[in-house]
Amino acid sequence: MSIDENTAARVAKLARIKVEPEALPALAQEFNGILGFIEQLSEVDVEGVEPMTSVTPQRLKRREDVVTDGDQQDKVLKNAPDAREGFFAVPKVVE
Amino acid sequence: MSDLNKLGLAEARDALRAGETTSKELTEACLTAIDGAGALNAFVHRTPEIAMEQATQADARLKSDKEAPAMCGLPIGIKDLFCTKGVPSQAGSRILEGFLPEYESTVSQNLFDAGAVMLGKLNMDEFAMGSSNETSVYGNAVNPWRRGNDDVALTPGGSSGGSAAAVAADLCLAATGTDTGGSIRQPAAFTGITGIKPTYGRCSRWGVVAFASSLDQAGPMTKSVRDAAIMLEAMCSYDAKDSTSAELPVPNFEAALTGDVRGKKIGIPKEYRMEGMPEEIETLWADGIAMMKDAGADIVDISLPHTKYALPAYYVIAPAEASSNLARYDGVRYGHRARLDHGDGITEMYEKTRAEGFGPEVQRRVMIGTYVLSAGFYDAYYNRARKVRSLIKKDFEDVFAQGIDCILTPATPSAAFGLGEMADADPVQMYLNDVFTVTVNLAGLPGIAVPTGTDRQGLPLGLQLIGRPWEEADLLSSAYALETAAGFVAKPDKWW
Repeated sequence: MSIDENTAARVAKLARIKVEPEALPALAQEFNGILGFIEQLSEVDVEGVEPMTSVTPQRLKRREDVVTDGDQQDKVLKNAPDAREGFFAVPKVVE
Repeated sequence: MSDLNKLGLAEARDALRAGETTSKELTEACLTAIDGAGALNAFVHRTPEIAMEQATQADARLKSDKEAPAMCGLPIGIKDLFCTKGVPSQAGSRILEGFLPEYESTVSQNLFDAGAVMLGKLNMDEFAMGSSNETSVYGNAVNPWRRGNDDVALTPGGSSGGSAAAVAADLCLAATGTDTGGSIRQPAAFTGITGIKPTYGRCSRWGVVAFASSLDQAGPMTKSVRDAAIMLEAMCSYDAKDSTSAELPVPNFEAALTGDVRGKKIGIPKEYRMEGMPEEIETLWADGIAMMKDAGADIVDISLPHTKYALPAYYVIAPAEASSNLARYDGVRYGHRARLDHGDGITEMYEKTRAEGFGPEVQRRVMIGTYVLSAGFYDAYYNRARKVRSLIKKDFEDVFAQGIDCILTPATPSAAFGLGEMADADPVQMYLNDVFTVTVNLAGLPGIAVPTGTDRQGLPLGLQLIGRPWEEADLLSSAYALETAAGFVAKPDKWW
């Protein structure tokens, strides 16, 4: 599986990272190097093997479905690059 | 007492108890050492006011409470990956510039509850992605060790490079690290100190900036195995805020340090004898095997057949989890937001923010992760890697079922290399640094790096011991035997 510039551009878009067009060839080449290394996994016989979901055999804990936290709007907004009137502010999302 | 910063945790604890020094004196000695060590670029945010305040409180507590915890009054450094309330916590990244957490990570809170003193935050690879501390927004941390009289600056390893450099250079008594693929053990080996990654679930991940959640674990980086036992105990706890935190009692690790390995079965995995492994690493390993044998252990040849596939599986799973975890850095809730051009919408804001905020290695891994999780490739890459991970874990379960108590391997494939030496190498070359450590994260096991020798140029080298899950106490005791037999006492000559 070889990655071309179009695929690299598509991945960058999916990852929401701006990549300048002139940087795409080098990026595609790096991806190919890494994916070539990962390709070794196809040698392994994984027939009947379950994909690991949890490295320790413990079951995830359940808790009462109750509110445990909240009422800290000021703290939540404290680090926001742009917070106004108790909200996170972002550029216009819909026209 | 002089040179208080050179003490280990156990020595300093005993000196405090004996009234030979105070936490304030210990802390001042470390702060002075830090001020004189700018060239190492280990401490990237210093917190002297917090440190002196905590030291004053610790001294009062030591006076009034005979049962004060072992860590009480001991000055340490905290890796920048841990969120510390009101103190910059950037994970070595530009994207978290200016971020001041409103909360404290569970691990740092546990340490503070035990009376530990925070000297500041330590340099690291950006988002813990790297093996040389060269991906940090703060610039490189520098290894206090040098090759003989050569003044070429060497890497302290990564990602916990600042922690390793700071402990090795006696800027603090110990430091916290985190380990996703070897980020405690590799830098510990490169700087001649001890570092343990506990079993997955021992230390809470709450408040530790996430890289790959199924692999990340915190652990101590210290001047001795005893110190590692003391500090690990203080760091571990069950924490309801981390859904994978283990609800198990935390043993007294120090009390378990008998160093008696008589009759213990120590496995030597043949697959770790890598092609092209430097002779010095071969010799170090052979020496370690001989030391454990002399101490009365049974040396058993074992096989971990899927070892070869650990790194490729890791480079699917870790980037996949990173691409998901790092989606939160979008310029909305915290950290950096790019300056927008007229007409830019929210998508441009995300894309520009992430392009400016993430360095090249983080961008690369996020995109690789995005690719392996994307429609059409999820099964071929991500699911296959998770199946291989199951097989890697089973390799370990099989040898433990045969009665193996712990496994002895090299910690790294080489000694510390020069900063910039790998700049032109393919990213995969850098990834090979973790070849001996990454299996342990994939299997969720405890692993410890112990310094046992030096190479021809006088650089430290370490061996790794891998233990059974939840049996850190036994692992530490075996490591104590190895440490005692190796008698590694070398320190870097001060040039900084």
